Amino acid sequence: MVSFTKEQIEVPKSDEVKTSSLSVLFSRLLKPGGKNVGDFIFENTTRLFAFILLSLVLLMAYEMFSKSLPSIHKFGWGFIIRTTWDPVHDEFGALPFIFGTLFSSLIGLLIALPLSVGIAIFLSELSPHWLEQPVSLLVELLAAIPSIVYGLFGIFVMTPWLRDKVEPFLGNHFGFLPLFTGPPYGFGMLAAGLILTLMILPIIASISRDVMKAIPGSMREAAFALGATKWEVIKIVLSSSKSGILGATLLGLGRAVGETMAVTMVIGNTPGISSSLFAPGYTMASVLANEFTEATSDLYASSLIEIALLLFVLTIILNAAARFIVWSVTKKYKADY
Amino acid sequence: MLNMTEETEVVDETIRIRIENLNAFFGKTQALININLNIPKNKVLAIIGPSGCGKSTFLRCLNRMHEEVGGKIKGKILLDNQNIMERDPVELRKMVGMIFQKPNPFPTMSIFDNVTAGLRLNGFRNKKKLQEIVEVNLTKAALWDEVKDILNQPGINLSGGQQQRLCIARTLAVNPEVILMDEPCSALDPISTAKIEELISGLKKNFTIVIVTHNMQQAARVSNYTAFFYMGELVEYDKTANIFTRPKMKQTEDYVTGRFG
Amino acid sequence: MIGTLYYRWRKIKSFIMSSLCFLSAILALIPLFIIFYYTMSKGLSSINWAFFTQMPKPAGETGGGMANALMGTGILISLGSIIGLPVGILAGIYLSANRTTMFARAVRFLTEVLNGIPSIVIGVVAYIIVVIPMKRFSALAGGVSLGILMIPLITRTTEEMLNLVPHSYREASLGLGIPRWKTTLFVILPAAFKGIFTGILLSIARVAGETAPLLFTALGNRFWSTQLDQPIASLTVFIYDYSKAPFDDWNRQAWAAALVLIMLVMFINILFRFVTRKRYA
Repeated sequence: MVSFTKEQIEVPKSDEVKTSSLSVLFSRLLKPGGKNVGDFIFENTTRLFAFILLSLVLLMAYEMFSKSLPSIHKFGWGFIIRTTWDPVHDEFGALPFIFGTLFSSLIGLLIALPLSVGIAIFLSELSPHWLEQPVSLLVELLAAIPSIVYGLFGIFVMTPWLRDKVEPFLGNHFGFLPLFTGPPYGFGMLAAGLILTLMILPIIASISRDVMKAIPGSMREAAFALGATKWEVIKIVLSSSKSGILGATLLGLGRAVGETMAVTMVIGNTPGISSSLFAPGYTMASVLANEFTEATSDLYASSLIEIALLLFVLTIILNAAARFIVWSVTKKYKADY
Repeated sequence: MLNMTEETEVVDETIRIRIENLNAFFGKTQALININLNIPKNKVLAIIGPSGCGKSTFLRCLNRMHEEVGGKIKGKILLDNQNIMERDPVELRKMVGMIFQKPNPFPTMSIFDNVTAGLRLNGFRNKKKLQEIVEVNLTKAALWDEVKDILNQPGINLSGGQQQRLCIARTLAVNPEVILMDEPCSALDPISTAKIEELISGLKKNFTIVIVTHNMQQAARVSNYTAFFYMGELVEYDKTANIFTRPKMKQTEDYVTGRFG
Repeated sequence: MIGTLYYRWRKIKSFIMSSLCFLSAILALIPLFIIFYYTMSKGLSSINWAFFTQMPKPAGETGGGMANALMGTGILISLGSIIGLPVGILAGIYLSANRTTMFARAVRFLTEVLNGIPSIVIGVVAYIIVVIPMKRFSALAGGVSLGILMIPLITRTTEEMLNLVPHSYREASLGLGIPRWKTTLFVILPAAFKGIFTGILLSIARVAGETAPLLFTALGNRFWSTQLDQPIASLTVFIYDYSKAPFDDWNRQAWAAALVLIMLVMFINILFRFVTRKRYA
């Protein structure tokens, strides 16, 4: 083994390493044992940008609120329950849009939920290992399709199908229900609801799948050991996943209420409250998309911005509730295991 | 408590680091209790003791890494009679280098860049000098012959033992005066361990080395002095031969004979 | 004997329910394939070199292309990135370095809030803070809205990828006497780079498909424009306008543009999942 003595080798001493004279200057100026200047600049820069992010969200809330003030002052809380939407006479009320948003989202949710849970069960409990990844990927690809493409699909493929096949069928056989009254346009609540189903299905399915997979295998084994059938075991897993699935549902609902393009293109864009699925409707997001550039008076614009504010608040509540539930469920299982 | 100057022969050596009344804390827990110790220059000091006795904490106080994980230090640590607590930690670590238990060459850098990392990232740019430095330090780390043709390959492609020697070369390149080693061989196979122990014997001519190890045979093989820690306190400190053949404290004797730990 | 009968019923029920679950998977994927099929069949015929390089023709004339829309989307994404990348990456670095402080928790929470805000609301905000002061619709306003949309995705990805880098590299770097900020910038960030980069690609894929916020910020433009203070065309608004039109030819072009968009988005998504999956292998 070759050995060297320090004197034989010309290597830079610790002092020579500090060739960046500026940093040497600064580190001598600072009190000894104190912080590096580079650290100070870097850490405060990152802190600044984190602060920018925070202020951005607060700024958004503030700006929307302040620009809605004219409308808030004129209509007050009544804005939420008024049904007139008359730009000509400067009379505005948000109820038709709130109704449209909630009704279409609810339809989407009602259909998407059982399907999503079914998919989640399939992926978590039933599917053979080699099938799980590809199917998961395909379900997640559904989420990646841009809204406008869903809208295109909605206009040219789905609404003709609804108008010519589905709605006449439903109207003829179940027309006694108020849900299925009225002429079948194709465009309308049902179309919007179905499109929303497709869009929120991947969210609910993938989160539910994750929640179910997080449940320890020992629970399933115990059930099997007692002689339970596959489905009975699944029921047990489901009952433990309830709150996680609820959280996923809220997230899906949050997505549905904010969905704009696909819904605008198929819902018919006529403000009105009707119990029929065949009737055209109007959502908060759609009225913003369609009328924002047309807003001729300040009050008109302000009312629209108030609608945006309502939508903003609604999605924040839904998302916060959802994240809290999902977080507390997965945390519970991480703690136990 | 032991009085160092009377009961050991460290008094004959030049002292590199003096530790006076060192107390270290993790939040409310006290990890080190009133440590007093002198580390001699250009010798190997082994720190032994059972798990949790504070040996790693002690090591990390010497280059102020303990504070990076939120620990607190009270007391004096004098490097060449200057209190390191009053020095910029970044400058200190150029003089006191550290080798870790699990080899950790930087994943995005080649072997060459790994060796020069400590210099380059502090502004050293002279390309020719850097090439010399790489060869010299890889040779010192007994790795040059194995990697001289693959200097541009990623550092993480090497075997465990080679990676650890690369980390040693990387530390040597900054030219520290003291090298701290935290169980450097515990993640390696016996052959790599032997190579590194041989390396340590060669390095001690020029560097002051402090090595934490849970392997008593290793301590006996490589070190000149050994300190036995137990539950945060320094129990005994003496020449290695004495610690293992004529320990003065019963706890030391129990530990080195394997009765506990 | 009732026991075995009941047992058989339980087994049948189990089989039925399991089949229903399998069926729901199929049912959900059918629309995916239908959408791909229709986009392909209706759009492929209109895709040719002219489509990519020509400008839109006046209403009533057949042919023409979406060159200005493609470029517009490119410009809007670039503007969005200029805003979204610095804020996202630096805030992500901050969050990764500060796990528990109140401020960091607030920032993390608000990032999630921002993530859930509908893009149309972001468009309204961009209208208020850019269009109104500038007194005109502009590419800049569109870029701002896209940038805001990109921020939460990039912040979250950056934070997660930085946290994945093993702590030992930080220790090794600090042990060499390298200051904390250089450690983060030159050792940790490069190690996390691959993941962060694909996260950036993913956020680009998301905003490339956005229509709503552009409707009243960038507005749209039938002519070639690269000016940032003027309205600008985009792929998504192109699809929207052409889908509403009564001309068959235009509708076909909408499908073709949708095909291009879907291909782009799918490609990036699959790439992202491939890269992040391999990491855990």
